[in-house]
Amino acid sequence: MITITDISKWYGSFQVLADCTTAVEKGEVVVVCGPSGSGKSTLIKCVNGLEPVQKGSINVEGIEVTDKSTNLTKLRARIGMVFQHFELYPHMSVRENLCLAQEKVLRRSRDEANAKAEALIDRVGLLPHIEKHPGQLSGGQQQRVAISRALAMDPIAMLFDEPTSALDPEMINEVLDVMVELAQDGMTMMVVTHEMGFARKVADRVVFMDDGRIVEDRVTDQFFDHPESERAQDFLGKILNH
Amino acid sequence: MNYNWNWSVLFEEEYLGWLISGVGWTFAVALVAWVLALAVGVLVGVGRTLPSKPVAFICTAYVELFRNVPLLVQLFLWYFVVPEIVPDDMGRWLKRDLPNPEYVTAVIGLGLYTASRVAEQVRAGINAVGSGLTNAAYANGFSTAQTYRYVLLPISFRLIVPPMTSEFLTIFKNSSLALTIGLLELTAQSQQIAEYTFQGFEAFTAATVIYVVIALGATLIAQLLEKHTRIPGFVGKA
Repeated sequence: MITITDISKWYGSFQVLADCTTAVEKGEVVVVCGPSGSGKSTLIKCVNGLEPVQKGSINVEGIEVTDKSTNLTKLRARIGMVFQHFELYPHMSVRENLCLAQEKVLRRSRDEANAKAEALIDRVGLLPHIEKHPGQLSGGQQQRVAISRALAMDPIAMLFDEPTSALDPEMINEVLDVMVELAQDGMTMMVVTHEMGFARKVADRVVFMDDGRIVEDRVTDQFFDHPESERAQDFLGKILNH
Repeated sequence: MNYNWNWSVLFEEEYLGWLISGVGWTFAVALVAWVLALAVGVLVGVGRTLPSKPVAFICTAYVELFRNVPLLVQLFLWYFVVPEIVPDDMGRWLKRDLPNPEYVTAVIGLGLYTASRVAEQVRAGINAVGSGLTNAAYANGFSTAQTYRYVLLPISFRLIVPPMTSEFLTIFKNSSLALTIGLLELTAQSQQIAEYTFQGFEAFTAATVIYVVIALGATLIAQLLEKHTRIPGFVGKA
């Protein structure tokens, strides 16, 4: 469904992505991990064209993201994205956050959008908070709203950019639970995360990046049990020992 | 100091009328110029933040031009120079047939100058919202226009209420410069009362008090606006 072929990207003379190639099949969950600065967030932002690439191509369900003539707006409406810092619209209630794009982009009626919003917010256990503003919710609650906002668009795939990195430890699980459930429902997901427990539990494959390159791209168990590269062994040794 | 204080002069038939008329023109210049400044300033400020390089360049040029030339010079340019350099027919019309030329010139001069300052506030407000929310809106499927309409502008307008209040007060105070091209606004009328009655202290005290009252009133309205548009759990205090 998502095919990334040989992409490279530079910020000025600094290369952030170097010849990255990978793919996410329909229904598959792929976790992207690696040390900070390795380019994993940049890679995921290229998938829906939030970051342009200078070389290579990205194809999502037959649509060429990297083609200049592609209507990115239309494509982005079909791909959900969740950010590290939630990025909910602060001036709107939870309900409006979920309804706005449904009404303005998908042209759904107010009633239809509301029904969808309520069902999704109920699923993440936040129905009593639906009239509140994001600033009145905890980080974990905000991130669950953000996931619901993305799901309200009936996306064909979901991108997660370090969704739990800005959360207090006690709130991480409430967000991961929602993501696990989503994965088990068969959602196509590409997840940048340091949560190796989550990766082990639901990821079909793990992509390990370092220095803008994809160093390993393997089935989850193989990655954790027999990492090939020294860099990945080192990384896993550091984060799994605790 | 041997000065005969005579406050009653301010309430004498003719002079009171002059003061009231002056206040009227001050409001007429400041408010209409403010509308012009808001309209042009928002467009230019948004333009400076757009991805399009030519648009951003034109808007930056506007700001640098209007912000860097003294307002007094701009008023003189509009009033004395522009009618001479435009095509003959238009110049003749400007000089002969334009109704209320001092007033119209003051509104345009003050409005376009203040627009450059409003534009900078708008740009600062949009930049303060940050790229994270912009990305989120794009990822949500919004076009650039929708992202501005539903996300960036509603938030940045709230953020810039305090500095915009200052700009609003400044446009009232700057409107006094219109006296130099002959508009009989508040300061000009006070000066005239001083010249007719030799009670300069009283006349300018009256003008001072009126300017302060206008400013305090505007500040109060701005505070109410800020309170009314406050985002729960976000910016500002209750």
